[in-house]
Amino acid sequence: MATTPVLPKLVGERVKRREDPRLIQGRGTYVDDLKIVGMQHLAFKRSDVAHGRIRSVDVSAALAMDGVEAVFTGAEIAEMLGPMPIGTPFPSPPHRAVAADVVRYAGEPVAVVVASNRYTARDAADAIVVDIEAFPAVVDLERAMTGQPVVIHADFPNNLAVPFVPSGTGVSPDGTVDDTAINQAFAAAEVVVSQRMINQRLVPNAMEPRGVLAHFEPGKGSMTIWSSTQNPHILRTMIAAMTGLGQDQVRAIAPEVGGGFGAKINIYGEEYVAAVVSKRLGIPVKWVEDRSEAFVATTHGRDILGYIDIAATRDGKVLGLKMRLIADIGAYNMLLTAAIPTLTMLMANGTYDIPAIRTTLTEVFTNKTPTDAYRGAGRPEATYFVERAMDMLARELKMDPAELRRRNFIPKDKFPYATQMGAVYDSGDYEKALDAALQACNWPALVAERDAARKDGRLVGLGLAMYVEVCGLGPSSSLPTGGWEHSQVTIERDGRISATTGASPHGQGNETTFAQMLADQFSIPLEHITILHGDTGVVKQGIGTFGSRSQAVGGTALHLAGGKVKAKMAKFAAALLEAHEDDIVFENGRVGVRGAPASSKAFAEVAGYAYVPVPLPPGLEPGLSDEAFFEPANNTYPFGCHISMLEIDRDTGEPTLLKLVAVDDAGNLINPLIVEGQIHGGLAQGVGQAMIEEAVYNDDGQLLTGSFMDYAMPRATDFPRFEMVSTVTPTPVNPLGAKGVGEAGTLGSTPCIVNAAVDALESFGVKHVDMMLRPEKLWRLIHGPRQGSGQGGRA
Amino acid sequence: MTHVTMTVNGKVRRGDVEPRLLLVHFLRENLLLTGAHVGCDTSQCGACTVLVDGRSVKACTVFAVQAEGAEITTIEGLAGKDGTLHPLQEGFWAEHGLQCGYCTPGMIMSAANLLSDNPSPTEQQIREGISGNLCRCTGYQHIVNAIQHAAGKR
Repeated sequence: MATTPVLPKLVGERVKRREDPRLIQGRGTYVDDLKIVGMQHLAFKRSDVAHGRIRSVDVSAALAMDGVEAVFTGAEIAEMLGPMPIGTPFPSPPHRAVAADVVRYAGEPVAVVVASNRYTARDAADAIVVDIEAFPAVVDLERAMTGQPVVIHADFPNNLAVPFVPSGTGVSPDGTVDDTAINQAFAAAEVVVSQRMINQRLVPNAMEPRGVLAHFEPGKGSMTIWSSTQNPHILRTMIAAMTGLGQDQVRAIAPEVGGGFGAKINIYGEEYVAAVVSKRLGIPVKWVEDRSEAFVATTHGRDILGYIDIAATRDGKVLGLKMRLIADIGAYNMLLTAAIPTLTMLMANGTYDIPAIRTTLTEVFTNKTPTDAYRGAGRPEATYFVERAMDMLARELKMDPAELRRRNFIPKDKFPYATQMGAVYDSGDYEKALDAALQACNWPALVAERDAARKDGRLVGLGLAMYVEVCGLGPSSSLPTGGWEHSQVTIERDGRISATTGASPHGQGNETTFAQMLADQFSIPLEHITILHGDTGVVKQGIGTFGSRSQAVGGTALHLAGGKVKAKMAKFAAALLEAHEDDIVFENGRVGVRGAPASSKAFAEVAGYAYVPVPLPPGLEPGLSDEAFFEPANNTYPFGCHISMLEIDRDTGEPTLLKLVAVDDAGNLINPLIVEGQIHGGLAQGVGQAMIEEAVYNDDGQLLTGSFMDYAMPRATDFPRFEMVSTVTPTPVNPLGAKGVGEAGTLGSTPCIVNAAVDALESFGVKHVDMMLRPEKLWRLIHGPRQGSGQGGRA
Repeated sequence: MTHVTMTVNGKVRRGDVEPRLLLVHFLRENLLLTGAHVGCDTSQCGACTVLVDGRSVKACTVFAVQAEGAEITTIEGLAGKDGTLHPLQEGFWAEHGLQCGYCTPGMIMSAANLLSDNPSPTEQQIREGISGNLCRCTGYQHIVNAIQHAAGKR
């Protein structure tokens, strides 16, 4: 008897990525690899000064150059393109893609060149002479709040983009504030710890800089735009709105995208400019960012100052938490800029059952590159503030940091848990994650190792941090774009499957994980499935990939669409096999009747029948293709515990990360190999923030860390081997039980490393040190008291 | 314009180029070998790494005219003529040594140089060997595993 090989179940397995064969052979196609006949290149002339009024822009020398097709000043672009929209409900000053009047950060575009090749375009941009009357620059955010030395946007007094938003206990939805509970919490406290902390500005630095290729075809009246974006459907919506075309007339394509980390969510001025210039000239135009340009022209992340107060009893019960947040958002509001720090407020509970919390948020304009989402986007900031505060409290109480946390956890039987901040945590078991981390690192042994090292005069510290994040965004009430995702699953006539997803990936491996899911759902080989994404001409609807949502939301949409098609296929099979559809089973590439395997038909045969249905079963349309939109009723809340060991060189102040143990709970996992990779990457960015990364400006608003020579990007030598453990607490929010994992690594790692640094410096009475852990700063803490000791300056 | 001749992935290639044309742009724009990527403009990131006469070189730091007469291997030329993947390509695939893939060609070419110098590197030697190549996605651990895989250590 012939036997069919049994297809292995793939969900939960470490399946090698299907994306990789092209990428490891240099055959991936990124925006910069694209060429279209007649294509011209754009280059932007950017302001050298951070703040000033444009007196004149002389483009004559540029226009006279061979190969230069056109030059547009800000005023000329303004005739084709209105002010750029934002995606948040906050008031926002007008923001032009190319400045026509006032420039507000160094690097802001003032003109754009169109030329036959990129070298000529650059030469021509360099030949443009811009005369700017310089104004004082506003750089320090607390000074900016006083309106000094100058107000950047006339309609925003004291540079306040968002003057004051309270949230938490006693704050009602209409904004009325009752301080009774928070005041009582602090009045009843036996211990209060207060600290000013900086969550510094970072540069996202996806390895592929941004790029865009816009191709307006005058004969058709339609536009195709390729862009290195995380969300082609949002790009299409915005390009249509800004060019006056219909959404049906714009096709947006995200080809291979070389990383995003949140900075490729925003729809940028360069994308709009490419679109309107292509439309004006009737030719394809391409722009690819230089790295030096990316440092000033692509959004930055973080940059939130927190004044944190935590109130507790002597036996370690936290009674209250205050978090006064001031965010430096740079010169303009971008797509999600103003909303990012609100996520910091939302997550102020951390993993703890805290009776009273009050947060307030102020957002401030400065003459810097605008901020927007960066991996974690608001949640790492919340985690950092809460976990530093908990650690300081433990130190003050002389209590084991794990024990203090344990006494304050939201108990696992209290989920779903409505927080003081308005979130409803879906599921959690924080003690399990803590215990797993303590066990994985063998905490008592680590303590002994640290203490032994200290006896030898070494400065070694241990740090621990819990985290919980908000992922899987979200219901539409939480996202201005809509909080759903879309998928269409088509069983082709030959029994293979094409499936689309609106969750457009940029390294996440959706082509693999989504195919794993369909392979199991239909019991066909992985190789028979193609996942299509990143092209609004192919993928009917979508939102995009950010906020750790592609699996939890996009994966669920795919699963639901697959379920619809499978149900229809079962009807065709029932007709073919003269059985009831409820008895149809999909097994090993065949479709049969339960209990009667001999009569089964090949999957492809049933698929073929559905497309040539003779006879057509009553009540059925031909074909096997269906779609689903999935909108979750709530966000998901992954969590975990990270532990680190760090040594500081007494003579040089140089910190070395000796150990990093990460326990992450992202719910059910589709592909643990890919999940590990996601967490590793997050950890590296979290370690980078804690230890070496910082965007530094001088008083004139010049970015001093404007290249890879000056901004410390983590290298392979900066890390020990990460040690990882997963716990699994499924979410009830979606049928997959998956929570999302893309950002997790950045949350716990950062505070756990700073906690370890403070622990290492315990003998010097250090209670806090601001990131990044610059050796000079640490050396001063060791060898002080001298200038700069104590809290560690920024630069 | 200056005339250049070089052997790229086993084939003699010629071109008339501006003296200032970078090797990486000659490969990408003139020869349409787009596997070498441009990730920075200060020779820090290594995404453009190719082998020049068997040594790894950041192709953004070399003018095309400086490669006159050289033997160049790019990521496109690393696999066997029959399509057999190079052990490093196998390693990166098996160990999930890449995510977005942008740094990958340069990372693999640097690793090729490393393994030709030292076929059996320690983990620390691997980390130092690729410290001229930046990756923002992976945290490097799976890249280290991939190179160990290619070196027969996994």
